[in-house]
Amino acid sequence: MNGPGMFRTPLKRARGLGSAKDGTVHFMRQRITAVAVALAGIYLLGLLFGLGGVDYAGARAIVANPFNATVLAGFLVAAFWHAKLGLQVIIEDYVHAPLLAGIAHLANIFVCALAAIAGVLAVVRIALGA
Amino acid sequence: MAAPDSPASPRVRERPLSPHLQVYKRQVQMMTSITHRATGMVLAVGALAMVWGLTALAAGPERWDAFAACVGSPLGKLVLFGFTWALAYHFINGIRHLVQDAGYGFAVPDFVRSSWISVIGSIVLAVLGWAVALATWGQA
Repeated sequence: MNGPGMFRTPLKRARGLGSAKDGTVHFMRQRITAVAVALAGIYLLGLLFGLGGVDYAGARAIVANPFNATVLAGFLVAAFWHAKLGLQVIIEDYVHAPLLAGIAHLANIFVCALAAIAGVLAVVRIALGA
Repeated sequence: MAAPDSPASPRVRERPLSPHLQVYKRQVQMMTSITHRATGMVLAVGALAMVWGLTALAAGPERWDAFAACVGSPLGKLVLFGFTWALAYHFINGIRHLVQDAGYGFAVPDFVRSSWISVIGSIVLAVLGWAVALATWGQA
């Protein structure tokens, strides 16, 4: 019951280390991509509603429109960037086993990056008629 | 002296480090917070589905028809409605978060009111979106 040990907390391991110095960048990128996704998303939803009764060639023509293709590519990059940042925080908060957390972080980065690349590549193929 | 923060010393380990969830009265703000995360995870999957659709559109009519058949099936429509609601919720509550990031809406009554706007507004927006889509596309 006595001695200084009873007051010891995990604080001792954090004291003196300071912050990671990159929290603000994460915060700002999360918000900037949020605004980008919201604005581009509204435009794309408008496109989607106009897609009614459109056949395969019509759908391709809408995506191939240079402005639409640009917005779509921007949306995909911003959306998967936003998803990566959000899922990263969820992993940091809930996955505490170091090995599992590391695997989860890698999987998050790889899946989000590959999905963004695959989506943009599909848009480019359609836009160039390939 | 045994290491006090080791699992061998339960007296120290069991001390709560932050107020525990069970002692809180259920509040709508708790729901809106965790639902924002949950819908974010759902929408990450939804974004993958969007990429699936775009790659199918790029790959050719057969792949596109397969994608359209999947999405148009009863289960596909149910999942799509789930994505729609998650998108509506994350959109409205995301704007709420941006407003709060700017420093507004932190008084408790404002906080509770904006929470309910997110909850009810997302349901209204999702149902409205589907009503407009079904009306303009002319298919059930």
